[in-house]
Amino acid sequence: MLNISDLHVSYGKRAILHGVSLSCQPGKITVIIGPNGCGKSTMLKAIAGVTPMERGEIRLDEDSLLALSDLQRARRIAYLAQGKSIPEITAGRMVLHGRFPYLSYPRNYRAQDFAIAKQAMNQMGIEAYAHRSMSELSGGMRQKVYIAMALAQQSDVILMDEPTTYLDIAQQFKLAKTIRELAESGKTILLVLHDILLALKLADQIAVMQDGYIRDCTTPSALCESTLLQEIFQIGIQTITVKDRLEYFYETEELL
Amino acid sequence: MNKNRTIVWLIAGALVACFLIAICSLCFGTVNVSITQLWEILFQGERTVSANIILYARAPRTLACLFAGAALSLSGAILQNVLSNKLASPSIIGVNAGAGLGVTICCAFGILAGIKVSLAAFVGSLLAVSVLSLFASRTNASKTTVILGGVAFNSILNAFSESIVALQPAIAALNADFRIGGFASISYARLLPAMGMIALAVLILFTLFNELDVVALGDETAQSVGLRVKRYRVLFLILAALLAGSAVSFSGLLGFVGLIVPHFVRRLVGNEARYLLPLCACVGAGFVCLCDLIARLIFQPYELPVGILMALIGGPVFAMLLIRYKGGHRHA
Repeated sequence: MLNISDLHVSYGKRAILHGVSLSCQPGKITVIIGPNGCGKSTMLKAIAGVTPMERGEIRLDEDSLLALSDLQRARRIAYLAQGKSIPEITAGRMVLHGRFPYLSYPRNYRAQDFAIAKQAMNQMGIEAYAHRSMSELSGGMRQKVYIAMALAQQSDVILMDEPTTYLDIAQQFKLAKTIRELAESGKTILLVLHDILLALKLADQIAVMQDGYIRDCTTPSALCESTLLQEIFQIGIQTITVKDRLEYFYETEELL
Repeated sequence: MNKNRTIVWLIAGALVACFLIAICSLCFGTVNVSITQLWEILFQGERTVSANIILYARAPRTLACLFAGAALSLSGAILQNVLSNKLASPSIIGVNAGAGLGVTICCAFGILAGIKVSLAAFVGSLLAVSVLSLFASRTNASKTTVILGGVAFNSILNAFSESIVALQPAIAALNADFRIGGFASISYARLLPAMGMIALAVLILFTLFNELDVVALGDETAQSVGLRVKRYRVLFLILAALLAGSAVSFSGLLGFVGLIVPHFVRRLVGNEARYLLPLCACVGAGFVCLCDLIARLIFQPYELPVGILMALIGGPVFAMLLIRYKGGHRHA
């Protein structure tokens, strides 16, 4: 269980997060949505330890993350950043670097690291691309490599910042399916998504952020029944049941 | 697997080529010696005029070429990875110029050889990389801006060196050779301390292949796998400064090698440090040694400064590489 309580983060004198609290359950997908600049990415970065927190507490099960070293935290939490650079190394090597937190100096990957990296690539169906350079892969394939890297990290928690960016719609749905499978395997998943419809479909719980605060954290259906999305995004969401599944769509009357 | 084996063969081939070039560098010059004579001089203690030439002129010169080539190439490769910029090289962003300033200051105080010169060069190059990395991190500048800042800083450091030379005309002659770069007046006294420093840097560097790869993944990804990015970036910049500074302390301002060799090697083996760095060291060492050999032989008995020859060979080769592979790598 990932517990975030009263998290404050500032960039210099500018406060970004004003005491946010959130609990994420293992085996569940929590999605954060909110307008641009509301602090979604900053929250993920603070949990991953990429951005220092000003005050507050982040606990993973019984452990405070502040008490863990960088390597210890990397074994517990994997983080897929939003604007990832495209390194010119092979996909196989990239996934292998997911084992980095398990090594101490001088860091030479062991047979078991190669085996775990291979297993992670198999799980993501990218073993055939192991010798291809990252720069030669499509956006969707690259995202799979990053997820395989996170799998090789064998962390309980996976944080993903806008993982569907630059992906076509087919790739987005494939990725969503993969994320669901990861959650079903017992991982705690915390995502930031811009696409509200995808967020509503994918999330077990959905946190709505605005101006550095979490306005509400609830189930997708409860969120649709509230007026919060209308208030924050000035857009309505309608639901319809198709083949026993709840589907969401935007009310476009006022837009078009 | 096959690709990995090919790369291992490539590195072995480069090592053999480097060794053969070094043998040629020892044997050929104004006085030529055979392989048998060379063996007798090096391992059986033969003491003749030729032996003196080999032991006190060509051996230090060959060692200097090998070490300078390897060190400058490695320094360029590190800077390119750590600054995530393929235009970075010690001669462009002021690292060599910083070392040059350190050496010029030493010369102005009458210190011409020994560990003090090497240390002064190291401090100068360290100053240059520190200012540049501080500039990059504080201003959050784009990759191009960082390089342009480096070029500006390069000019400032050179201007300081030139001012010292103008005020101390006695070191002007020494400085002319130094600016072009070359190995004509190499001595063990100047070479050995720097060789020790280069060997130390290489030993440390060759245990940090994975760290260098992870730093090159970008700050956030590197931090997410538990690497302390800032700490390692500083360490790599110190190693780059140590390598370039030590090389410049005896070779002078050899341009280009730190830029073209890493680029050439990247085309062959990609960016993974475990292949890139050993091959960079071999190709850099072999390239500088070969250029020095040609520079000595081409207008015999006169010598062309090796820096000039390297620019003449390296420039067109580099331009050809750029044209041939343009568009091949989108993130250059």
